[in-house]
Amino acid sequence: MDTSEDILQQASPDLVRGSETARRSKAARLSPSFISWLQAGPMMLVFLAFFLIPLVFVVIVSFWDYNEYQLLPAFSGRGYTDTFEGCIAQLPDLCTIAKTYLKTLKLCFLVWIITLFIGFWVAYFLAFHVKSKTWQMGLSLLCTIPFWTSNVIRMIAWIPLLGRNGLVNSGLVKTGLINHPVEWLLFSEFSVVLALVHLFTFFMVVPIFNSMVRIDKSLIEAAYDAGATGFQTLVNVIIPLAKPGIVIGSIFVITIVMGDFITIGVMGGQQIAAAGKIIETRVNALQFPAAAANAVILLVITFLIITMMSRIVDIKKEL
Amino acid sequence: MTETTRKKGLSRRTLLKSTAGLAGLAAGSGAITGFPYVMSAEPKVLRYLGTAVNEGDDISKQCLKDTGIKIEYITATTDDVTKRVMTQPNSFDVLDTEYFSLKKIVPSGNILALDARKIKEFDNITPVFTKGQTPGGKKIGSQGTAPWKVLYLEGKDSKKFATSATEFVTLIPTVYNADTLGIRPDIIKRPISSWSELLNPEFKGKASILNIPSIGIMDAAMVVEASGKYKYADKGNMTKEEIDLTMKVMTEAKKAGQFRAFWKDFNESVNLMASGETVIQSMWSPAVTKVRSMGIACTFQPLKEGYRSWASGFCVSKGVSGAKLEWAYEFVNWFLSGYAGAYLNRQGYYSAVLSTAKAHMEPYEWAYWMEGKAAEKDIKAPDGSLLEKAGAVRDGGSYEDRMGGVACWNAVMDENDYMVRKWNEFIAA
Repeated sequence: MDTSEDILQQASPDLVRGSETARRSKAARLSPSFISWLQAGPMMLVFLAFFLIPLVFVVIVSFWDYNEYQLLPAFSGRGYTDTFEGCIAQLPDLCTIAKTYLKTLKLCFLVWIITLFIGFWVAYFLAFHVKSKTWQMGLSLLCTIPFWTSNVIRMIAWIPLLGRNGLVNSGLVKTGLINHPVEWLLFSEFSVVLALVHLFTFFMVVPIFNSMVRIDKSLIEAAYDAGATGFQTLVNVIIPLAKPGIVIGSIFVITIVMGDFITIGVMGGQQIAAAGKIIETRVNALQFPAAAANAVILLVITFLIITMMSRIVDIKKEL
Repeated sequence: MTETTRKKGLSRRTLLKSTAGLAGLAAGSGAITGFPYVMSAEPKVLRYLGTAVNEGDDISKQCLKDTGIKIEYITATTDDVTKRVMTQPNSFDVLDTEYFSLKKIVPSGNILALDARKIKEFDNITPVFTKGQTPGGKKIGSQGTAPWKVLYLEGKDSKKFATSATEFVTLIPTVYNADTLGIRPDIIKRPISSWSELLNPEFKGKASILNIPSIGIMDAAMVVEASGKYKYADKGNMTKEEIDLTMKVMTEAKKAGQFRAFWKDFNESVNLMASGETVIQSMWSPAVTKVRSMGIACTFQPLKEGYRSWASGFCVSKGVSGAKLEWAYEFVNWFLSGYAGAYLNRQGYYSAVLSTAKAHMEPYEWAYWMEGKAAEKDIKAPDGSLLEKAGAVRDGGSYEDRMGGVACWNAVMDENDYMVRKWNEFIAA
């Protein structure tokens, strides 16, 4: 390229200038869609290399066979058939996988409802009642406090609070509200939901807050001027406009809780089944194809939930 | 140079001195890294993959002092160690793992058997490993993956366990112990003598077992057998029906609310017991010691049905050869030479070579930990903290009594895949 241009320049400088303008106009003719592909390119590559390709491997491995110490790359549905073992034979009793998913979905639903409720009002407070930007920032950072400790520390920290001889129980016994310490405070579904809500409300607060601060304040004034009550403004103006944030926050919370096994394990005393827990046990036993099959099942179910949610709100359009 | 030879004042010696100084300077600055001189000064480093049991900082410091070998610990849980051997065999040099995982590791061909003739103390290794009996001649229970069943390979690159002694050793024994139930005598307030007590409704909501399937099922089997419900041919290698039966008993207990929580981590077990959330649970000896050092009564209760035992040892990755392999032998020989053994004994574990460990312990320490005698003086942990006051006696007594009372060993069963599925079902129930 360079050498030929040099030769050209020596021969006729005018010609070179002409070709430069031609090139410039060619660049201008690059379609906008090409440019946006170019901009999205690096992210797409990362996504491809670290998400899509590994995912394809997971799906492939889920159809492999295995023995005690290695993967056998031969087609086998064993990972799946083992997983659904007894699902028909045991009817009307539920099989392990059905029980596990019912439990996981139940926990997921509870955590979702509670984080949505708390998250919505925290975001509402931050967006409409806190006027200074600095305070808004500072207060939302406060919501990250639960992430400052590790799971093990958190587990150890809950025992003195919720345990049989913990603060809450001894407080309740002293006030005479109960005679004996209650057991369901710790290592129960209650404690699992509590810990998950404690952790993940933050993921609700941030997107909802983000949607709320973008609501044009004049809309709220207009609603007020038109005689709407506070409740009517909330239902007809704020909630519809905060919907994208609500859906994004919900997707965060639901995907995390569906795959969680550490918090459920630690807070549930390892006695509560979770979809992620099955995968962990299989991986630890070096049964990778079975683990991969379970991962694919979990992925499909989570994907279905998210598809349903995005049916309610078209996130792409709203953003 | 010409001047040097002419003038007698500048002798050969001075010349050597100055050139050596220059070379030293160059080596120090890292200018000439390719020279053999610098190669020999390269630090001897071994990457050591294992669980936290053997991985004391004091051990690695002492090893560096004695042998010049720097140990880099890679710490993982029992399951993750095995996973790493299978998937990343080049990420470590020395492997410290349990005998029961050999059934998975050896067929994978990712480890190298060590040569018994190069281990100085090999003939002094306790007969627990080589003959399945205590030094005093007591026969040890062989159910499960007992070490003597998997100690030797048929050949250097063989994947088959030899039935009689060969020079190819899968794992050079290091540490082992006899596990049983830990109890809170201050809360239970009556003698406990059987594994069946774990499922006694008296302790409803206050019992716990391990959530590591291959170990948990052994504890469960001890309970089932102790309660007279079934007698296994081999607890460590159950048939599908036996697994079903064992899990059924455990599932009923779980549904009835017998268990407070299952634990997986050393600290979890300590916390459950210390906080009084549980009063009876399967436990490890140092965990009991830790609860006790917090001033809380806790007993590592000997039971009439016997102990569930485990053992671990060293081998090397198949990628290790040459000088590194020699360092590995040097390290293993050092490990068996006494310091590490005494260190492990003082934590309540047992060392593989008893004679060298004894030489590194005070007579009163040996009497307390190994002979089951009352402590003459206060018993201290390796870090110097007080473990037991003078007069205390070790739970379960002497080495002979404890190791002689072993009923079964941690195991990987032939039906392991089925067992893991049933374990998931148990958790979901």
